[in-house]
Amino acid sequence: MRTISDMFAEMKKIADEEGYQFNPDSIQLNDILDGLWENEHRYGYPSCPCRIAKGVLADDMDMICPCNYRDADVEEYGCCLCVLYVSDDWATRKHDPIPERRPQEYYEKGYPAILEQKGAGGGDMVEVYRCTVCGYLCGREEPPDLCPICRAKKERFEKFDKIY
Amino acid sequence: MKKNIRPKLYTLSTCMHCRATKRFLKEHGIEYDFVDVDKLDGREKEEVLSEVKSISGGVRFPTIVIGSKVIVGFYEDKLKKALGI
Ligand code: SF4
Repeated sequence: MRTISDMFAEMKKIADEEGYQFNPDSIQLNDILDGLWENEHRYGYPSCPCRIAKGVLADDMDMICPCNYRDADVEEYGCCLCVLYVSDDWATRKHDPIPERRPQEYYEKGYPAILEQKGAGGGDMVEVYRCTVCGYLCGREEPPDLCPICRAKKERFEKFDKIY
Repeated sequence: MKKNIRPKLYTLSTCMHCRATKRFLKEHGIEYDFVDVDKLDGREKEEVLSEVKSISGGVRFPTIVIGSKVIVGFYEDKLKKALGI
């Protein structure tokens, strides 16, 4: 099992590459990392420390850090739910708790059940985006700012029509 | 502080906001009851989660009950008001 500092070093490497910033308050940052590591330790994966995990990988898949909700929250509220990742203009923002973006029904039914339910009818799922540079595919509300594989910009993504 | 109002906290042991809430109450010398829901298992966990849901309509942490008031999240101003401090 990696140590907390190993874990943070790995996270920091990716965050630096992708242009993400961590909470500048070191007390808060340490608290969050401590919680994240605790989750990794007991579940085997770094489930979001400020959300209740089921402890079953498939059910918690969307809230393994960095969770599916981070980018939209950093963009809209200036931080993710745990305040681990913050926006460039974080210092000038109001720091009230932000609302939970993960739908409440996920907590009751788990992530796979919801995907199945949405996917069954087809079309009703999140969009699938394709990086036109390297072909990377992702299913989310908006394409990522940077392609995690080849670092192409958001504009290089196109909607991908699912083939069933 | 208003008498007879002992806050009840539903928290996660791993959550920064929950830790900050507990710290805040301690700093103000306020005694409270709490349950770290992530430390429960099986049926007990399910039961407490449905309790949280019935209180605030969702499972978010911390959920703080002070008398008839419910606060979801660590809001210092709301806490102070509810506690009369
Ligand atoms: S809210 Fe922040 S800390 Fe929690 S999983 Fe998402 S990105 Fe990680």
